[in-house]
Amino acid sequence: MTIGLGHYLSVAAMLFTLGILGIFLNRKNIIVILMSVELILLAVNINLVAFSTFLGDIVGQVFALLVLTVAAAEAAIGLAVLVVYFRNRGSIAVEDVNLMKG
Amino acid sequence: MIQAIVFLPLLGAILAGLIALFGAHARNPSGDTVEHHDEGHHHHALTTHVNEDASVIHVSHDEPLAHDDHGHDDHHVAEPPAAGSRAAELITTAFLFVAAALSWAVLVNVGFMHHEAGVTEILPWINSGDLQVSWALRVDTLTAVMLVVVTTVSSLVHLYSIGYMDEDPHRPRFFGYLSLFTFAMLMLVTANNLVQLFFGWEGVGLASYLLIGFWYQKPSANAAAIKAFVVNRVGDFGFALGIFAVFMLVGSTDFETIFAAAPGVALAHKTINFLGWHADAMTLACLLLFMGAMGKSAQFLLHTWLPDAMEGPTPVSALIHAATMVTAGVFMVARLSPLFELAPNAQAVVMFFGATTAFFAATIGLVQNDIKRIVAYSTCSQLGYMFVAMGAGAYSVGMFHLFTHAFFKALLFLGSGSVIYAMHHEQDIRNMGGLWRKIPYTFAVMCVGTMALTGVPGFAGFFSKDAIIESAYAAHNPFATYAYFLTVAAAGLTSFYSWRLIWKTFFGQPHDQHHYEAAHESPIWMLIPIGVLAAGSILAGFPFKELFTGPHGVEEFFGESLKMNPHILDDMEHMPFWLGQLPLLMMLGGFAVSYVFYITRPYIPEELASQQPLLYNFLLNKWYFDELYDLIFVRPAKWLGRFLWKKGDGFIIDGFGPDGVSARVLDVTRNVVKIQTGYLYHYAFAMLIGVAGLITWFMFMGGQQ
Repeated sequence: MTIGLGHYLSVAAMLFTLGILGIFLNRKNIIVILMSVELILLAVNINLVAFSTFLGDIVGQVFALLVLTVAAAEAAIGLAVLVVYFRNRGSIAVEDVNLMKG
Repeated sequence: MIQAIVFLPLLGAILAGLIALFGAHARNPSGDTVEHHDEGHHHHALTTHVNEDASVIHVSHDEPLAHDDHGHDDHHVAEPPAAGSRAAELITTAFLFVAAALSWAVLVNVGFMHHEAGVTEILPWINSGDLQVSWALRVDTLTAVMLVVVTTVSSLVHLYSIGYMDEDPHRPRFFGYLSLFTFAMLMLVTANNLVQLFFGWEGVGLASYLLIGFWYQKPSANAAAIKAFVVNRVGDFGFALGIFAVFMLVGSTDFETIFAAAPGVALAHKTINFLGWHADAMTLACLLLFMGAMGKSAQFLLHTWLPDAMEGPTPVSALIHAATMVTAGVFMVARLSPLFELAPNAQAVVMFFGATTAFFAATIGLVQNDIKRIVAYSTCSQLGYMFVAMGAGAYSVGMFHLFTHAFFKALLFLGSGSVIYAMHHEQDIRNMGGLWRKIPYTFAVMCVGTMALTGVPGFAGFFSKDAIIESAYAAHNPFATYAYFLTVAAAGLTSFYSWRLIWKTFFGQPHDQHHYEAAHESPIWMLIPIGVLAAGSILAGFPFKELFTGPHGVEEFFGESLKMNPHILDDMEHMPFWLGQLPLLMMLGGFAVSYVFYITRPYIPEELASQQPLLYNFLLNKWYFDELYDLIFVRPAKWLGRFLWKKGDGFIIDGFGPDGVSARVLDVTRNVVKIQTGYLYHYAFAMLIGVAGLITWFMFMGGQQ
């Protein structure tokens, strides 16, 4: 069995769905949400690299590197925000973060 | 000269108004608090603050039996008088005296020398298509007589007010209003077209409103002022329609043009479709104009405001509600005599209402107990007399009564004011008695006024009233006989109630020992004017008799300014002797009956009242007109207003309009707010749904563009 484009895309789709579910089903911790976002980004990266390889266009892989960079920066900022938030509110449980409630 | 007469009072009003304005400002610079000192001696129970519930102001405020309980006039406020009060008094009074002197000069020039008559143009006013109206001062004998009446009485009232109002802190305002009134009245009598007449007409109405409500702390005064204003609006509505009708017929509002064109209109038998009724144009116009006169002159059906207007200060009653403003209706009919002469049916109506009012008001006067109200009903009755003469076509005779009445009725009011002043603002004649020893001067002038009013031979009223009764007898009018008998009967009633007032006030035992002991003669400011008016009440009669009632004198004196019925003055002279003496007999009868009732056998009136409770209450409650109007006009109007307010505006307009829309918006937003849970995953879910929706959209629709 040769591993074709469809397999890569399937893995990416699974990762993406896991990420989405991680956001929705997780009721505990905002860090998990951050990790889920990372998962979604990775899924996108896999898509980009897979298409890049199969279409012979290097731009996709370059773009994947860019996404990784951005994801790293985002993770750093997100964690910093979380730390500050924890200091102020004493909790980072998802249930407790509802200051926007109308 | 005429400009000076008319505009000096206006200048005085403006100056007094400025003093009042700056005085009020100096007393209360910030202007955000209203001071009311209620300490000091109050005599009455009606001390109230301005900020009391506004709902106390409704039109028929008079409880039928309660009005005798608060018959007090003044409102003492222990407030310092405004700065410059004396200056305001002196300025306005001096201007008025100058105007009065000039007016007499005008009367002499116009009436006797026959020059200076004519029209003085001042300014163009309205220039719109066919409607050309200008400010102009018309001087002829009719105007000159009114000028004399207005400025003379007004200057004397100004002088009197200096004494009468000496305790009031708002004197500059009072004198400003008085002068404003005088100016408006002078504009009215010098009008050269119907529009300027209407301007003066409304001006005096405004001044009357302001002066009746001068003591604005009193709810009853406010209610009376509003009532006077509203009732006059009814008449003025008719007046305005009358002006429109005349303009429609003639195409002009200038008197000269109207009078020149009127015979043509009458000959052409034009008709106007009015409320589905094809009325003769001239009759209809005259009737509508007379409706205005009825309101202003307090004739039967529109009279209810006049007695209530007695809430105002007494000098105001003398000036506005006896001598000048209420005679504006009579003046208007006289001014428009060329029209009324062409509308015999309208004249019949005038005579009917005049005679009815003369009798009706006299009957009410019989049983009233408030000294000012008795004189007020007397005024109403005498105005009826004037309209009888107008209806008979004897305009000069009506003007004669207007002229004499101004003197003796102003005298009676100012004399009553002097009594009220002496009694410390007690107005109920049941609480008076025996006062002639205390205030002999006032007593003497009141007797002169009463004799002039009742028509004692030699006094002014005798000549004018008898002439009116004769004119009613001589008139060729469907209501002539009716008017003759009613005016004769009213003469007897007048005599009775006038002498009743004198007996109860000045004779008998004092009913209120405390007030009696404290009674004192009024200051000299007040005694001079009533002295002058007393002299006028005697002198205004005989010397002017020929000018106003003699066939040749009238033609000579009035000239073109009145269009008399050509036969009436001659016919008046051919009256049977005994019929001519009937008013005199009635007068003596009324005098004798009142003497018996109130001096020799004072128990009779009470027995009579208890034997005839129905009649007595009918008269005491003024024929139940206030109650009737309350039932058929005030209450339905209030009901309608309340309905439109609660249902029409509150429920429908607000409910479906602004309030309804805002409520729906609130409902929607309240639900939208619930969507904002604040949970991160809900927002993320919404985003996802959105993205999914967008993608779906582009997947299916993307290819179709």
